[in-house]
Amino acid sequence: MKLLLPLLLLMIAAPAILVLPVAPAAAVLPDEMLADPALEARARSLSKDLRCVVCQNQSIDDSDAPLARDLRLVVREQLTLGKSDAETMNYLVTRYGNFVLLKPPVEPATWALWLGPFAVLIGGGAALVVWNRRRTILPTDAPLSETELAQVAALSQDEALR
Amino acid sequence: MNRIVFILPVIAFIALIGFFGVGLTKDPKVLPSQLIDRPLPAFDLPGIAEAPGGGPGFANVALKGEPALLNIFASWCAACPQEHPVLTRISDEGFAVFGIAWKDKPQDAREWLAKWGNPYQAIAADEAGRTAIDLGVTGVPETFIVDKMGRVRFKQIGPISPEQWEGTIKPLMAKLRAEA
Repeated sequence: MKLLLPLLLLMIAAPAILVLPVAPAAAVLPDEMLADPALEARARSLSKDLRCVVCQNQSIDDSDAPLARDLRLVVREQLTLGKSDAETMNYLVTRYGNFVLLKPPVEPATWALWLGPFAVLIGGGAALVVWNRRRTILPTDAPLSETELAQVAALSQDEALR
Repeated sequence: MNRIVFILPVIAFIALIGFFGVGLTKDPKVLPSQLIDRPLPAFDLPGIAEAPGGGPGFANVALKGEPALLNIFASWCAACPQEHPVLTRISDEGFAVFGIAWKDKPQDAREWLAKWGNPYQAIAADEAGRTAIDLGVTGVPETFIVDKMGRVRFKQIGPISPEQWEGTIKPLMAKLRAEA
């Protein structure tokens, strides 16, 4: 019985351990790569933050979808034209919206998303502190007063007479 | 006071379930178009050549003056034959339908149209897929409803069903026709 819990944990953890070290293989093909290694490195890092709009949970750097390839080429084309990283990202955002960004931007519409967890943490923590304070206000180990002792004695006597 | 403390998490939980419930009814594949109420991006594409249903391509300015549908299709697209009869019907009802063959060989597009019929007023070939990226296309079929001013007013992702045509798009076309 004692063995059951570690065994269960191991069964849950084993797949995670097996899966974790396998990094997704990049889908970039040699013919897409830029000759300039610095530009290519920028293209790779931008591609990792751009969502493949067909497969949705992959970046265009990971996806083999034809549209992902097209978008990788667009990223490289923009960089070759001398555009900055921000301008290149913006080029795609104007076409596909913020959805292409794997990391949503911080703006009024996404404040709840970014700040929500912290608000819950702080709010919950505050509630916990307040609750805890209130609880300790109650006197717990003050000695009984004379009248209370008398009442206890009376009640015990009642009990004994029954 | 104490009762609220215990009821509040229950209410919060029910609200959360409500949000998730609504989320389940939404199709994550459908992305809102960035082009709504904005003019079509500029393009000037060649046709699928001088074969049956071929002819010259068209530019974005062709979709001006009269409300029109701009349909993105491909011969390799599985859902396109399903939509095709609806497009034929739309065309028969007197609405202008323009087609862009996306990432398709002109030869294949021609054969496809020879097989299924050609509902398009004009067909352009976007072999490289660059115009599709400018349009924010994520797959085929997709259809843009363009008003008299050449502005995108609605985007349909996936095939247009007869019900969608009757219930949503046809009334919209009538409204766009009535606009000054």
